[in-house]
Amino acid sequence: MSLLEIKNLHAGVDGKQIIKGLTLTINPGEVHAVMGPNGSGKSTLAAVLAGREGYHVTQGEVLYKGVDLLDFAPEERAREGLFLAFQYPVEIPGVNTTYFLKAALNELRKHRGLPEVDAIEFLDIIKDKIQLLELREDLLKRSVNEGFSGGEKKRAEILQMAVLEPTLAVLDETDSGLDIDALRIVANGVNHLKRADNAQLVITHYQRLLNHIVPDYVHVLFDGRIVKSGGKELAFELEAKGYDWLIKGHKDQLQPA
Amino acid sequence: MSTATETIESFVKQGYKWGFVTDIESESAPPGLNEEIVRFISHKKQEPEWMLDWRLKAYRHWLTMTEPTWPNVHYPKIDFQASIYYSAPKKKGDGPKSLDEVDPKLLETYEKLGIPLNERARLAGVAVDAVFDSVSVGTTFKDKLAEKGVIFCSFSEAVREHPELVRKYLGSVVPYTDNYYATLNSAVFSDGSFCYIPKGVRCPMELSTYFRINAANTGQFERTLIIAEEGAYVSYLEGCTAPMRDENQLHAAVVELVALDNAEIKYSTVQNWYPGDENGRGGIYNFVTKRGICKGRKSKISWTQVETGSAITWKYPSCILQGDDSVGEFYSVALTNNCQQADTGTKMIHIGKNTRSTIISKGISAGKGQNSYRGLVKVMKGATHARNFTQCDSLLIGDKCGAHTFPYIEVKNPSARVEHEATTSKIGDDQIFYCNQRGLSKQDAVNMIVNGFCKEVFRELPMEFAVEAQKLLGVSLEGSVG
Ligand SMILES: Nc1ncnc2c1ncn2[C@@H]1O[C@H](COP(=O)(O)OP(=O)(O)O)[C@@H](O)[C@H]1O
Ligand SMILES: [Mg+2]
Repeated sequence: MSLLEIKNLHAGVDGKQIIKGLTLTINPGEVHAVMGPNGSGKSTLAAVLAGREGYHVTQGEVLYKGVDLLDFAPEERAREGLFLAFQYPVEIPGVNTTYFLKAALNELRKHRGLPEVDAIEFLDIIKDKIQLLELREDLLKRSVNEGFSGGEKKRAEILQMAVLEPTLAVLDETDSGLDIDALRIVANGVNHLKRADNAQLVITHYQRLLNHIVPDYVHVLFDGRIVKSGGKELAFELEAKGYDWLIKGHKDQLQPA
Repeated sequence: MSTATETIESFVKQGYKWGFVTDIESESAPPGLNEEIVRFISHKKQEPEWMLDWRLKAYRHWLTMTEPTWPNVHYPKIDFQASIYYSAPKKKGDGPKSLDEVDPKLLETYEKLGIPLNERARLAGVAVDAVFDSVSVGTTFKDKLAEKGVIFCSFSEAVREHPELVRKYLGSVVPYTDNYYATLNSAVFSDGSFCYIPKGVRCPMELSTYFRINAANTGQFERTLIIAEEGAYVSYLEGCTAPMRDENQLHAAVVELVALDNAEIKYSTVQNWYPGDENGRGGIYNFVTKRGICKGRKSKISWTQVETGSAITWKYPSCILQGDDSVGEFYSVALTNNCQQADTGTKMIHIGKNTRSTIISKGISAGKGQNSYRGLVKVMKGATHARNFTQCDSLLIGDKCGAHTFPYIEVKNPSARVEHEATTSKIGDDQIFYCNQRGLSKQDAVNMIVNGFCKEVFRELPMEFAVEAQKLLGVSLEGSVG
């Protein structure tokens, strides 16, 4: 069974149609990259998958582990192993990062009928992960994302992913704003978490991330539709030629928003 | 408005868990207020002449006063003749000599509230005075405290047993002429707690009073007086609840604290009077005057309050920093939900040299709640090198509520340093979604953010009460999760 099946999805926000007939299937063990110019609907797709309120689906369906994903509240999707690394991670002043992550992990564990971990067990869990992401330990004592640098925020997202061990991870432009060292660290973390029974959907604007996270499939999103799919070589082609050659034909049929 | 905001607003619906009524026979004065009622109360309490005189002076003064209108709260005019000013559970015979003789129904009430009074189950390390409507029904650990010379008893008992102390300090911090509600209280106060910590004694346990309004149409007017002699230390906590009733009930208390040289009083409140329903029907009017005087050198008074209940809260726990090098602190969390209104804050009056004060105020507004911080920092001429730091933060949940800040600063000494910081933030849809995406429910997300916001204040509460306060905030914000 496929892990995720998106069939002819039409979705939007605030009355605006953004996703206009998107079909995509992801199997366990696969890494998919979704590329596309700014404004093509990449973050909207991520928001619809994660169940953000205000986003509405007008047509099509999304099956996750064989069931209708759209029936579930965002927290239920998360507990079922769907993880979104945010393009813009949100600051939560006053809420300690360790406390937050432990609460998140315990929600997952409760959902799976596992005993909750206490503070000491949690510290053991997080110690290794923080090394993997080469983050400073004092970050854990600070409020969630508050005062983190752009790069720290992105790395902290992958730290959370490492703790929560998702079945399907959606990474929304995790590479943007990272210098080359940070990019390598983040990619290394993501690769480390790859297993035969999980999958990753890597959203990116640039090809350079895909030098480090090697995708099995690359899809080009434009105006809410996948206009081309291929193997990892498609990413190189895009890097060399840009998006224009691909989207030229589609631009002519652009529907008014 | 986004749908997420609507969802946030939908769980600021209240589930008040302390709203039950105890079915107990009580003895009440007829409704209304006049000199006869004042005499009736004094007589019921077998008070000496001086006490009655003081009450009558207060009553006559009250007749000349008018209700204050400056607070930022709105409510229909109170009919003071409709309220009952004295209600007490009917005594069997002469009244209880010890807790073993207290009516089991009363013990059961406090047990239900989580305050066991009987000898076996009572809270370890905390001495409790339980006030039910107008009277104290029992005080725990009295003997153990007496060994150290600490007096902890009901106010009525103190008037009878320790008249010299009561006469000396009663009205010395909040005179009977102070303000409309304090004057009313001075005339008709029924009971409350009295604490006296002798010179050099560190009170061996937390002292605590639990106030419960039960009878209908009854006002509660209690008075608390705490005196810490030279070098003494005491930590005191008050808690309060009331049944759910459709009509509003008045609670007008007075608290006076006196700290002598090097003494320290830590006064914590977890206020959870019935707040009324989500349409603003019923609930307690909590009009309270709390003031402490740091009379001695290097004395310290610290107020910590967590205010989640009451339809209307109107209170400004204050410190008069008279002694040189004395310290005043005010840590406050005030939550208003549904139609609740709060106008609360503090006054720090710097008189002595090198006096220092800290004000940390956290206001949380949800539903249609209106929350006002009102604070006065006054530095008198002689208060050289006085210092104040004020931090005043507001958190909004949803977009129908309001937060207001009214800081007043008067500085008459040029060497003083007064700092004021204020912030307003809102729980954003993006924060809630972020938490949801990590598997946390909306309710848990809001609680987590609110608790994080209040951390600096909770830290000041005694450990077990900090946990209670956290749970209480959670419950006060509880409702349907969309
Ligand atoms: N709340 C919104 N209301 C209206 N339009 C929106 C909203 N959010 C995004 N859009 C529009 O939808 C399009 C796709 O946005 P997005 O999914 O963020 O693109 P990407 O992530 O590919 O850059 C853009 O044109 C953007 O301006
Ligand atoms: Mg985007």
